[in-house]
Amino acid sequence: MDTQNKENLKASREQIIYANILVIGVWAGIFILVTTYAIYLTGILPSHVKLSLIPTIWGKGVGEYLEITHSPHGWGWVSLLAKGDFLNYIGLTLLALMTIVCYLVLVRGYIRQKNWIFTVIALLEIVVLSVAASGILGSGGH
Amino acid sequence: MLNYRVRSAGWWILSLFVFILSCPLAASAAEQAAAGTTGKPWWFWPIVLFVFCLVLGIVAVLAGVGGGVLYVPLVSGFFPFHIDFVRGVGLMVALAGALAAGPGLLRRNLANLRLALPVALIASAFSILGAMLGLYLSALDPDIIQICLGATIVGIATLLLVSKNTEKPVVNKQDAIGLALGLGGAYWDDGARESIEWKTHRTLLGLFMFILVGLLAGMFGLGAGWANVPVLNLLMGVPLKVSVATSKFLLSITDTSAAWIYMNRGCVIPLIGVPSIVGLMLGSLIGVKILAVAKPKMIRYMVIIVLFFAGLKAIDKGLGLGFLG
Repeated sequence: MDTQNKENLKASREQIIYANILVIGVWAGIFILVTTYAIYLTGILPSHVKLSLIPTIWGKGVGEYLEITHSPHGWGWVSLLAKGDFLNYIGLTLLALMTIVCYLVLVRGYIRQKNWIFTVIALLEIVVLSVAASGILGSGGH
Repeated sequence: MLNYRVRSAGWWILSLFVFILSCPLAASAAEQAAAGTTGKPWWFWPIVLFVFCLVLGIVAVLAGVGGGVLYVPLVSGFFPFHIDFVRGVGLMVALAGALAAGPGLLRRNLANLRLALPVALIASAFSILGAMLGLYLSALDPDIIQICLGATIVGIATLLLVSKNTEKPVVNKQDAIGLALGLGGAYWDDGARESIEWKTHRTLLGLFMFILVGLLAGMFGLGAGWANVPVLNLLMGVPLKVSVATSKFLLSITDTSAAWIYMNRGCVIPLIGVPSIVGLMLGSLIGVKILAVAKPKMIRYMVIIVLFFAGLKAIDKGLGLGFLG
């Protein structure tokens, strides 16, 4: 196999960086999820919504659920981090933010390579994901 | 060595999780009195959900499908949760599975970043629209979503049954868009002991198809691997291995945008979400180990039958017929 062919088989530098960031984020996310869930179920921190209440209302639509439980939507959970149930959102949010973090690193690499097409594609993706994450489009469940 | 560490980390988390879930089992006998509408104490469903998702994760790997496509129809059909929560958690489940699989696929150059990026941009933008449309329809009448979900699942099962993917599609000439974006590459095929070079054709049509894929993924909370692979492989001419790997990686981007919409609406309840995500991820890890000795073809047919049943059950539930219980 010639050198050129061997080079083609290798993952690009940006692919490897992306993979490395992802692996750290995923395992950190899972670890946080399991830990915060333990805190939640064992009652170390009090819950905002009583555990025994949830099965009586999880069959209702999300709007009604939020109304009954006085739960926030969007990023409102941040102000309730002292509650065991909302503490779990740290791990969930970390998993959902991983792609944006990886894309930021990609943009840096593409700018260095002066690969403008992929710089624009990656920047647009960051905009799409950030708009989705911001809550501008997704909140308003009541 | 790394494999060993990942495996032991997986077993540690599994043990910890079983322990966590067994705490309320021992401590909350009194809670049984505070039973919900289902007649079961609060801790019953998370335990069942964790075990269910663990098995689902194993089956999904063996059948070569994503977790979301099995999770949403089965959990919405057989668990007492509203479809809003099932779709929200379904997307998180698919996202977590894709994030976990991503690093390995990227490192081995099976998932191709150059191919994934343009496709992901289209799919993720339209999955936001799909999610918003799905939540709007569900607020109008959840039965509409149940019926549409059921019809989509039956369609997916049919697609899985009839589609004949091509291992190495022949692409004689790359189109201008594929060429401009540099959509091509090479990978090492262990089975054939050779390097396979590939490039795309019909790129524009393929990119258009991802509009539909994104919409469906967002609307129903399904990971869209079932749709990504045929579009990449049959339409754009990407080799099957690269299609499957890139599709799995793609879900980590597409599902992120839709997952945010559901999460911001409050559709991810931790009590349901965490056991589902952790169960499915650990199940996937176990599934990969079993894959070497299992007969995936048989399992694939079983999954197709289950999907047909789950789809028909969702239609039945949406129409309120009650034929399937």
